[in-house]
Amino acid sequence: MTVTAAPNRPASTKKPGAGRWIRRNLFRTPFDSLLTIGFGAISLYVVFRVFTFVFVNARWEIIQVNLKLLLVGRWPADDMAVLAVSLVVIGLWGGVIAGLIAGGQIRAGTSTIEEMTAAQRVSDLVRRFALIIATVLLLLLLTDTSGPWLTAPLIFVASLIGYWIGKVFGVRDLGTLASRIEILVLIAIPIGVFFYMTSAVPLADWEGFMFNVTSAAAGIVLSFPIGVLLALGRRSKLPLLKSVSIVYIEFVRGSPLFVLLLLANVSLEFFVPAALAPSKVVRAIVTFTVFTAAYIAEIVRGGLQSVPRGQEEAAKALGLTPAKQMFLIVLPQALRNIIPAQIGQFISLFKDTTLAGVALGILDLLNGAGAITQQADFRGQGLIIEALVFVAFLFWVGSFTMSRESQRLETKLGVGTR
Amino acid sequence: MTAPVAEAPVPETKTPFYRNVKVLSWAFQVVVFFIVLTVLLWLWGNYLTNTRESGIPTNFDFLNNPASFAIPGADFETTESVRNAYVIGLLNTIRVSAVGIILTTILGILIGIGRLSKNWIVSKLSTVYVEVIRNLPLLVIMTFTFLGVVLQVLPRIENAWDIGGLAIFSNRGIGVPWYADVSGLSLMAVLGIGLAGWWLLARWRHSVSDETGEPSHAGLIGGGFFLLVLVIGWTLLGPTITLPEVDGKQIAGGLRVDPSYFAVLVALVIYTASHIAEIVRGSIQAVPKGQGEAGTALALSGFQRMSLIILPQAMRIAIPPLGNQYLSLIKNSSLGAAFAYFELTNVTQITVGNGSPAVPAFALALVFYVALSLITSFFVNVANRRFKLVER
Repeated sequence: MTVTAAPNRPASTKKPGAGRWIRRNLFRTPFDSLLTIGFGAISLYVVFRVFTFVFVNARWEIIQVNLKLLLVGRWPADDMAVLAVSLVVIGLWGGVIAGLIAGGQIRAGTSTIEEMTAAQRVSDLVRRFALIIATVLLLLLLTDTSGPWLTAPLIFVASLIGYWIGKVFGVRDLGTLASRIEILVLIAIPIGVFFYMTSAVPLADWEGFMFNVTSAAAGIVLSFPIGVLLALGRRSKLPLLKSVSIVYIEFVRGSPLFVLLLLANVSLEFFVPAALAPSKVVRAIVTFTVFTAAYIAEIVRGGLQSVPRGQEEAAKALGLTPAKQMFLIVLPQALRNIIPAQIGQFISLFKDTTLAGVALGILDLLNGAGAITQQADFRGQGLIIEALVFVAFLFWVGSFTMSRESQRLETKLGVGTR
Repeated sequence: MTAPVAEAPVPETKTPFYRNVKVLSWAFQVVVFFIVLTVLLWLWGNYLTNTRESGIPTNFDFLNNPASFAIPGADFETTESVRNAYVIGLLNTIRVSAVGIILTTILGILIGIGRLSKNWIVSKLSTVYVEVIRNLPLLVIMTFTFLGVVLQVLPRIENAWDIGGLAIFSNRGIGVPWYADVSGLSLMAVLGIGLAGWWLLARWRHSVSDETGEPSHAGLIGGGFFLLVLVIGWTLLGPTITLPEVDGKQIAGGLRVDPSYFAVLVALVIYTASHIAEIVRGSIQAVPKGQGEAGTALALSGFQRMSLIILPQAMRIAIPPLGNQYLSLIKNSSLGAAFAYFELTNVTQITVGNGSPAVPAFALALVFYVALSLITSFFVNVANRRFKLVER
């Protein structure tokens, strides 16, 4: 008797077809099919409604007419050139910093850019910033003046030049005179731009989306040193310092930003002499700083805890003073680890700047969107949805791009995996 | 015999006080503390001078003044004191936060699980939800639910949507069936007895099951007891169910949900759920894969595997970040003040507008918020300790 083995079936060389994919991913079980049909119907309906709203029903002229008001508020038309020059300089500045980082990576041999061809590099950049590019194009298409059309390419060219300057001339040897001058210049540029802009329009009159962006940036920059000090205070073994830091951090983290802003609105002039009683925009920035410092402190504390104890012990063994141990060895490593969390805090503050519009009556992007639906031409026509969609879109593009870049950075820095 | 060893004279190298670490650190602390104190005293002094000059009181006497504003949806006379207005505001904050926390937890867990679903449409829809909502300012969402949905989509009261007589939707409010003729306290007592009995019975059945190995039927017995208590309580108390109906310009019968409460609640739930979904997803992914596979090997169904094996372990990881989300939901409920929802912040804002001194009034509100936060984090910590993995 012979046993004949069943012939081995050759492994399927066919790629799994569409039918199989659908069966696997959409109709695995009866319950699954039910879910697919139910949610499929809902999503088709939603897509249909959104599509007809955006391309057919919506009356976008309310945005088109008020675009300048929404973006920069009542910034005088004569001073738009100031804004354009500032943006070009900031573009150059951003380019230099990106170039410095890229150049440093190339010299350290950790660059992934060098392996890419020029085409790959462009496609990588386009993929990462497609949303921003599309938004800028959309905004340009909505404008009816030539100024933005001239400024946008100039900013682009300026950032390219800046990138080249940073990459070629950047000094990365810390401690040399050249690098000190470089750092000073890089810090001085945004401050100079700030004074240039306030000389044209005082800070109190910064409105629109510009207020949201600049006040968030100012808040995060100003709160950073306070946050680091609070974190060091909370970690220190000195009981008085520790308790002061803990009381501050916990009290601020327990209070809502909205209430703090309302309080700053009605009562900041009680606490400082009348001469110092600042404008609404300054009040907003002060409150953001006070509020965010507590959160930054907790982030920095987490970063300090993530640095292995051996680092501090090694520094001690080298005979460094406690201050040098902290500021030369532990803190730099901690700060590097918390860059993604910092970006997260920035996104959250960026979104929270809308609260200042309501609490302090600043004509920020959201408040402006509410205001334009009350204009004589548009009142009572239910255009609030159009205005809100535009506001939501701008905030979403900003936050989404930043959070994706922060994820990219997180994998690149290898936080938690090294 | 050895010569006596001369005692080596200890060199007099007593550290001078200005190099003594202990002294230095205390001196440093005292200096910093002194600076902080000076700044605070300066601010406080300014405050006292400025308020005295403008004749603004700095004490809490304003709490006894008549409030002179009405609170819709509450039995609140305009002649009642500001103190009572604060109480109602605090209760409203708790009302929206408590309901919001429960709803957002459910929605967030569902979406978090949905993101990991094998069903392509479910996982993509959940991803889109999270990525869209998480990156929008809460205030934009709340403006949308209030100005866009409640005031625009919902109909006027004259042609309110009536869903089978059970619920009524209009921009004057939303009516749902509710009980009547019974005090809320006795109803709570019945519910409390039922739940406590359920919990005790379940504990007892679980311990029996652990010892003898027989099936516990904890859910069956406990739930049965709960239902029994409910039925007995119902017949003893004899409440009636009232259905909402449109009566002229307002909703009568049932429970009327304030439109601004609805808008604030929906926005808070939608926004917080997107954050909770991310926490739940991360926690589920942090549960070792083998746990789910072991569940499959034991022939558990997909639902059993998720609810008995994976979720309990995931929730253990998720409790601390979930607690943070609850805290931020409570604090975010203060945005209700911008949409005419009478919670703590709104009451404070109105009473300050009516002439109450701003600093004490807002300080009181802040103290309430900090207290709410501390109480919530206390419960979160208790839960965390209770569910924490016991390690050797």
